[in-house]
Amino acid sequence: MAMEVTQVLLSAQSVDSTVRKHAEETLKQFQEQNLPGFLLSLSAELANEEKPVDSRKLAGLVLKNALDAKEQHRKYELMQRWLSLDVTVKSQIKACLLQMLSSTVSDARSTASQVIAKVAGIELPQKQWPELIGMLLANVHQVPPHVKQASLETLGYMCEEVVPEVVEQDQVNKILTAVVQGMNASESNIEVRLAATRALYNALGFAQANFSNDVERDYIMRVVCEATLSPEVKIRQAAYECLVSIGSTYYEKLAPYIQDIFNITSKAVREDEEPVALQAIEFWSSICDEEIDILEEYGSREFTADSDIPCYYFIKQALPALVPMLLETLLKQEEDQDQDEGAWNLAMAGGTCLGLVARTVGDDIVPLVLPFIEENITKADWRQREAATYAFGSILEGPSPDKLTPIVNVALSFMLAALTKDPSSHVKDTTAWTLGRIFEFLHGSTVETPIITPANCQQIVTVLLESMKDAPNVAEKACGALYFLAQGYEDVGSTSPLTPYFQEIVQSLLLVTHREDAGESRLRTAAYETLNEVVRCSTEETARLVLGLVQVIMTELHKTLEAQKLSSDERDKQNELQGLLCGCLQVIIQKLGASEPTKYAFMQYADQIMNLFLQVFACRSATVHEEAMLAIGALAYATGPNFAKYMPEFYKYLEMGLQNFEEYQVCAVTVGVVGDICRALEDKILPFCDGIMTQLLKDLSSNQLHRSVKPPIFSCFGDIALAIGENFDKYLMYAMPMLQSAAELSAHTSGADDEMIEYTNLLRNGILEAYSGIFQGFKNSPKTQLLIPYAPHILQFLDSIYMEKDMDDVVMKTAIGVLGDLADTLGSNAGSLIQQSLSSKDFLNECLSSEDHLIKESAEWARLAISRAISV
Amino acid sequence: MAPHDLRRPFKRAAISDQQRRRELSLQRQAQNRRDAQHQARFLAHTILSLQNDSTEPEQELESAPQVEQQAQDFDVRQAARLRGPEARRCFAKQLMLPEWMIDVPERLNTDWYVCARPAGKRCFVVSSNGTTVSRLRNGSMLHRFPSALPNGARTNNSSRSGQSYCILDCIFHEPDQTYYVIDMVCWAGMSLYECTAEFRFFWLNSKLVETGACNDPSPYHRYRFMTILIYNCDQEGLTAAYAGPAPYVKDGLLFYNKHAHYQPGNTPLVLVWKDESCSQYVIDTDSKGQIPDQQQVVLELLDDGRLATSDDPSIIFGCLEQDFIQKTELQAGNLLRFAISEGGLCFADGKLERADLHYLGKPNRARAFADSYSKVIFQYTARHSPLRIEHLLASINSVNEEENTDMVG
Repeated sequence: MAMEVTQVLLSAQSVDSTVRKHAEETLKQFQEQNLPGFLLSLSAELANEEKPVDSRKLAGLVLKNALDAKEQHRKYELMQRWLSLDVTVKSQIKACLLQMLSSTVSDARSTASQVIAKVAGIELPQKQWPELIGMLLANVHQVPPHVKQASLETLGYMCEEVVPEVVEQDQVNKILTAVVQGMNASESNIEVRLAATRALYNALGFAQANFSNDVERDYIMRVVCEATLSPEVKIRQAAYECLVSIGSTYYEKLAPYIQDIFNITSKAVREDEEPVALQAIEFWSSICDEEIDILEEYGSREFTADSDIPCYYFIKQALPALVPMLLETLLKQEEDQDQDEGAWNLAMAGGTCLGLVARTVGDDIVPLVLPFIEENITKADWRQREAATYAFGSILEGPSPDKLTPIVNVALSFMLAALTKDPSSHVKDTTAWTLGRIFEFLHGSTVETPIITPANCQQIVTVLLESMKDAPNVAEKACGALYFLAQGYEDVGSTSPLTPYFQEIVQSLLLVTHREDAGESRLRTAAYETLNEVVRCSTEETARLVLGLVQVIMTELHKTLEAQKLSSDERDKQNELQGLLCGCLQVIIQKLGASEPTKYAFMQYADQIMNLFLQVFACRSATVHEEAMLAIGALAYATGPNFAKYMPEFYKYLEMGLQNFEEYQVCAVTVGVVGDICRALEDKILPFCDGIMTQLLKDLSSNQLHRSVKPPIFSCFGDIALAIGENFDKYLMYAMPMLQSAAELSAHTSGADDEMIEYTNLLRNGILEAYSGIFQGFKNSPKTQLLIPYAPHILQFLDSIYMEKDMDDVVMKTAIGVLGDLADTLGSNAGSLIQQSLSSKDFLNECLSSEDHLIKESAEWARLAISRAISV
Repeated sequence: MAPHDLRRPFKRAAISDQQRRRELSLQRQAQNRRDAQHQARFLAHTILSLQNDSTEPEQELESAPQVEQQAQDFDVRQAARLRGPEARRCFAKQLMLPEWMIDVPERLNTDWYVCARPAGKRCFVVSSNGTTVSRLRNGSMLHRFPSALPNGARTNNSSRSGQSYCILDCIFHEPDQTYYVIDMVCWAGMSLYECTAEFRFFWLNSKLVETGACNDPSPYHRYRFMTILIYNCDQEGLTAAYAGPAPYVKDGLLFYNKHAHYQPGNTPLVLVWKDESCSQYVIDTDSKGQIPDQQQVVLELLDDGRLATSDDPSIIFGCLEQDFIQKTELQAGNLLRFAISEGGLCFADGKLERADLHYLGKPNRARAFADSYSKVIFQYTARHSPLRIEHLLASINSVNEEENTDMVG
C-alpha cells in the first residue's frame, strides 16, 4: 500500500515553483485518492533512516497537516477521517512514529513527537491508544539521553493537545513525576533537562490535584526555582516561563514562595541575560494581571468575603523593593526602539510592568516613583530624562485624581516645553505619550478639578499641532494626545473649549495624512482616528465645519478610486486608506445625522457618497468592506425612506456581505445594516426580502459561520418583520422552526461555563427580539391567527428561561416584552394560555419590582397588554 | 517548543478606533431597534403613561363618556399600528397649536395671559429613563441630551422610577442655546393635561427652578431651561410683553386663556399675534428667506379633490379637478402649496366664500400639517389690513371703560 514518496517530497521543496506546484498537486491527489496509502507512505518515509533528512521532515509535516487544521470545520473533518481508518493501518503508522523517538537524527525525533501528539489529541478523548502514555513513560527511564529527551518532549506536546479531563489522575501523577525528575538539578544532560522543563510548562494545567498537595507542590516549586538558576540560559528561560504560568494558574497557592520568587526574579532582572530577565519581569506583570482582576471582581460585587479567589496583595507587599527594581530597568532603553515595531526590551517590559503595578496598588506607588522622576527629568543624559518621563506616564492610570492632579498641574507646562524643545526624539515620543495619558485619565467630565483651563488650552493645542510635524513616531503620539484631549470634551454641552481651534486642528490632521512618511509608525491611521474623535466630540457650533469636511473626505476617497494599475503593495496601502476614509465618513454621517438641521444640510451629499461607497465594494478587502458597510448603515439611518433609491444597486453588495462566512465580521456588520435599512425603508424593503431572508436562513444553517453572528441574525428577523408586517407570513414556515430549535437549545445551560452562558444569553436575546418584531409586525392584521400555533411554545420558552435563573438583565427585559407583545397581538386568542403560564405571574411580578428601569418599563407594558387580552 | 512571546502592548491605546466605530454602530443600532419596538408598542412611554394616569382602572374610560377627544386619540392599540411618518405625525399631534389672532377675543384683560414668544423652534421636551429628548412640531428629533429635569439624566441621585417623567412645551432659542418653557404638560409623572393654564403656569414657575434645570449647562445638564414672564393681559401686562425687555429674541405674543386645559391640536384658547416691532417674521417667507409677492398657503388634498386646512373640522378653500389630480399624480392626503392670486380671498358674513388659488407644487417634505384657517387669514390681513397693537390696547381700554360705565350705571 505504501508508495515511494521521497522524490515528490523533495520536489515539493524545490526552488522552482513549477516543480514545486506539480509536486504539491501530486501529494494532494494521493491524499484524496488513497488516504491510508498516503499516510502509510509518509510514516514510512519519516521512519526510514536511509532517507534524506529534508524529505523525512517534510513527510512528518505533511502527516501532521493530514491530522489537524486551524479551521474548526476542517479540523473536525480530518479527525473523523483518521478515526475511520482501518485499525491495522493506524497501528502501523503509530508504531513507525514511536520507533522514531529512538532515532539518532534529532529532526526526525522532534517531528515524530509532534505527530504523535496530534494522533493522541484525536485518540485519547476516544479512549483509544491507552498504551501510549505508559510507553512514553517507559522510554523516559531508558538510558540513551536522546530517547529520554524525545519522550519528554512528546509528553509535553501531548499535554498541549489534550484537555486534562481525558487523562486519569494516576497517569497525570506519573507524567508529572517523570517530568519533574527530568528537570531536577541531578539530571546531567542539558537537552533532557530542557525538554523536561518545557514539558512541565504544558503539563501545568494537569497539575490541579498536585498543586493542592503541600508536599508535591513544594517539590515542584523547588525544582522550578532551582531550574531558574541553571547554568544553561535556555533552561533558565524555560523555568521562568513555568513560573509565569504558575503565577497565573495557581495564584492562590503562591504565598509560601513569593519571597523566594522575588529574590530570584530581582536578581535575574538585574544580572541575567535579557530573554531571562524579560521573563522575570513578566512574572510580576502576570501577578498584577491576576490581582487587578480579583480587585475588579471585589469592586463589582458587594464586598463579600466569599469571593472565589482572595487577593493576597503580593504586589502591595513587594512594592518597596519591586518599584526600585523596575525603575532601574527604565534606564536600559535601546536607541531606536520607537521606530522598531517588533522591539521588546527590558525598559519596555519594566515600564509596562510599572504601569500594571500602579493599576494594582493605586496611590501607594506615587511617593515611590516621584523622587526618581524629580531626580532624572532634567538630567543631561537623554536616557535619564526619558526614563523619568516614562515612569511618570506609567503611573497615570491607577492612582486617584486627587493624588495625581497637583503633580500634573506642576508637570504640564514642563511636558509641553519638552515636547517642543527636547533635543532627543526618544524623549519627545515618551512626552507626547505621557500627555496623552494625562488627558486620557485626568481630563473629562468625570474629573472634578480640571487640569485643562482656559489659560492653558490654547498652548496645549498649539504644542500638539506643532508636534504633529515632528518625526512620525512623535507625531503619532501627538495625534493620540489630541484624541484624548478631544474625548475629554465629549459631554461638554453646547460650547466646547476646542471650538476656536476646530478648523486649525482639522487642517493640521489632514496635513498629517498627506505626509510622505505617514505610512510609518501608524501615523496616517492615528491622524484619521483623531480626526474621527474630534468630529464625534464636536458641538453644534462647528457643525458647519464638519459639513465642509464631507466634501474633503469624499474627494480623498474619490482619488483612491481613480488610481489604476497598482502593485499589490500599493493596493494594500490603497485599501487601508479607503478603509480609513470610509470610517471617517461613517463618523461624520453619524454625527450630522444625529440632529435634524445638520442632517438636512448633509442630505445634499447623500447621492455622491453612496456612489463612492458602491465603488469601494469593487475592491476586495474585508476591512474596507466592513468600513463601507458600517458607513452605509449610518447613511441609511440618516436618509430614512429615501434610501430606497439606492437599493437596486446596493442590494448585490448586501447579499455579498451576508455570504461572507470567512470574514465573519463583514457578515456581522452586514446583518446590522439590514436592520438599519429595515428601519429606514419600512415596507419599501419588501421587494428585497426574499433574497435577504434566503441568505439569512442559509447563514443560520451553516456550521462554517462564526457563532457570534447568529444572535444578530435572529434579531434581524425581528427587524424585517417589524418593517414588512404581515407580509412576513411567507417566511414564518422557515423562520419559526429555526427559532424554535434555537430556543430549545438555549433554554438550558446546565454545566456551561461563563463564556457559554454569556453566549446563550446573546442567543436568547436574538430569538426574543425576533419574536417581538414578528408579533408587533402582525398586530391588527387578519393574518394574526397564523401566529397562534406558535404561542404555546413561545410561552414555554419564556417559562423555561425564567426557571433556569441565569438570564441577564437584557434577556429579562426582552423576554417580558415578548410576553406583552404576544398578549397585545393575539389578544383574547391567547388569554387562557397566558394565564396558565408561569411567566404571566411570577416572572412578570419579578420584573415589575425590578430595579432596572428598562425591565420595569417592559413589564408595565406586558401587564397592560395582558390585562387587555384577558379582559376582552 | 520555542519560548512563548511575551510582548505586551506598548505605548498604545488598548482599543482601536475601528473597534470603537463598530461598537458605536452596534449601540446606535440597538438604540434604533429599541426605538422601533417602543414605537410599535407605542411605549414612547409618555403617551402610554399619560393614558395610564387618567385611566388607571381600565373601565373608567368607558364609564366616563366623552372624556376628552385626545384621550381616545391616544389609544395605544390604534396608535401602535402607525409607523414612521404616521407615528411621527401622531406624536406631533400631542402639541397644543395656537390659532392666529384674527380678531380680539372678548374679556382679553380678565381671562387671558400674555407673554412674549421667544423666537426659535417649537418642540416637545420629554425627560424619562435618564435621558431627555426634544422633538420638533413635525415629530422629528431635535436633541437627545442629559438634563436636570426629573429622570432627565443618568445620574446617581436621580430616582430611576419609570413613572417619573416630564413633558414640557418649549421653544428652543438658538442664540443662547436655551429651552424656553412655554407650557408644562406633565411633571414628575403627574399629568397636567386636565389642569387650567393658570395652574400649569403656577406649577411650572414653582417646580422648574427647584430641579436645577434653570442652571447653567454642565456635563449632566447640557441645555439650560428658562421660564418666560407671563403677564395678566391688562394694559400694563400687554405693554410689558410687547415692548418690555426680554432675555431672548421675540417672535410675537402668545395669549393663553386662563381656564383652558392643555388641548393637543389647534385651539382658539391659545392665540398668537405679531407685528413688525415684536417679530422678524410677520409675513411668511419662502425657503430662501424672501417674502414672496403673493401669499402662499399649504392645504391638504381630500379624497374628493377639495382643499382643506388643518383645522378640525377643516375649512375648505376650493377644489381641484380630477383631470388635474391625475395629470399631476397627486394623491389624497398630499399637502399642496398654492399662491393666493389677484382675486384674493372673498368673505361673506364673516365666512370664506371664495379663494383665488394658484397651484405651485408640494411643500418641503418636513412639513407635517396643512396651514390652519387662522394662519391663512392672519397672513392675509397682515398683507392687507393688519390687526395692530393699538387695536389690542384699545379693546382692553374699551373693556375698562365698559366696566367703569357699569359701575357708574
